[in-house]
Amino acid sequence: MTGEQVFEETIAKDQRVEPRDWMPDGYRKTMIRQIAQHAHSEIIGMQPEGAWITRAPTLRRKAILLAKVQDEAGHGLYLYSAAETLGADRGDLTRRLIDGRQKYSSIFNYPTLTFADVGVIGWLVDGAAICNQVPLCRSSYGPYARAMIRICKEESFHQRQGYELLMTMMRGTAAQREMVQDATDRWWWPSLMMFGPPDDESPNSAQSMAWKIKRHSNDDLRQRFVDMSVPQAEALGVTLPDPALRWNADREHYDFGEIDWVEFKRVISGGGPMNAERIAHRRRADEDGAWVREAAAAHAAKRAKVGAA
Amino acid sequence: MSDEIRHEWPLFEVFVRAKRGLNHVHVGSLRAADHPMALHHARDLYTRRNEGVSIWVVRSDDVVSSGPDDKDAFFAPSGDKAYRHPTYYSIPDSVPHI
Ligand SMILES: [Fe+2]
Ligand SMILES: [Fe+2]
Repeated sequence: MTGEQVFEETIAKDQRVEPRDWMPDGYRKTMIRQIAQHAHSEIIGMQPEGAWITRAPTLRRKAILLAKVQDEAGHGLYLYSAAETLGADRGDLTRRLIDGRQKYSSIFNYPTLTFADVGVIGWLVDGAAICNQVPLCRSSYGPYARAMIRICKEESFHQRQGYELLMTMMRGTAAQREMVQDATDRWWWPSLMMFGPPDDESPNSAQSMAWKIKRHSNDDLRQRFVDMSVPQAEALGVTLPDPALRWNADREHYDFGEIDWVEFKRVISGGGPMNAERIAHRRRADEDGAWVREAAAAHAAKRAKVGAA
Repeated sequence: MSDEIRHEWPLFEVFVRAKRGLNHVHVGSLRAADHPMALHHARDLYTRRNEGVSIWVVRSDDVVSSGPDDKDAFFAPSGDKAYRHPTYYSIPDSVPHI
């Protein structure tokens, strides 16, 4: 059998493609792009919440937030590791991110204005990420699927800590309840945009589905997320900012309003409130850390020489 | 100088023993300047929740592996040796413990 036949059969049988297998160039490119974008999202995703670590209201919340943000760093690294199995280079991917040649999730281009944002990010943003990521645990590329399994195991903590934080605030003062509602109002629509453009405007989706890189369409996953979130919002006592949101007994799903795709396109292509700052921060971290990486490499080289002598 | 070394730490493969009595299992890779740093990074990256009691790190370029093309040469010969399996031998049900 040729490599191509093995590949087709692997996909047809729902088995995993592994790094050294033959794969179409398009598959490799799509996989690298998707994994890199995902990795960048985890890394950039540390910033909105990371901004609150020093201002967390209690030691308990600080420890939780620190652990959560550390997890996101870990998720980024699992994913860069998976991308490297395809021949991508981690340093090169970072440079592509910093130069604006590769994208990350539009959600992280919004500011975190109050501590309630930390809770709402855990609840809605990590919640949407879970919806997206659970099916990816069965993605056809083995290293990506395995990284996703590890990530999904950790995401549940992220969502639950956020929701618990919000429940605590809802039991607090009227001002705290208002903060939760305000944060919900600001994050709801951007969370829905996390699932990507609508199916009829998602050009690469069909091929990704055929290759079993993707398992569900953007709109299906978005609907699933809406259906999950409505009862959670009710239990919390907040209103989701969408007057069109109502149960549709025929479809057995919630109907919801029109998403502002103009805003989505603006934010994804650099025009969001925080795009410039997120990239500037990442660039600074990269540049400020350069001397440490160089010193460690020089130290390792010197020790290797001494050992060999 | 800075452009040459930037990011160019070697790649290490990481293996974690989940608990005593189990094998080390491959969990992923990471970049580090040397072996001690690779171990520390592996601890931070792959064992944040008691996932392991022991870690191995191996330079990725030290790993030698069979390729997908070797599959037949390596593994096909064992396919026709059914007599290596216990089910190849029929023993009456009346014989106990065998
Ligand atoms: Fe994550
Ligand atoms: Fe998360």
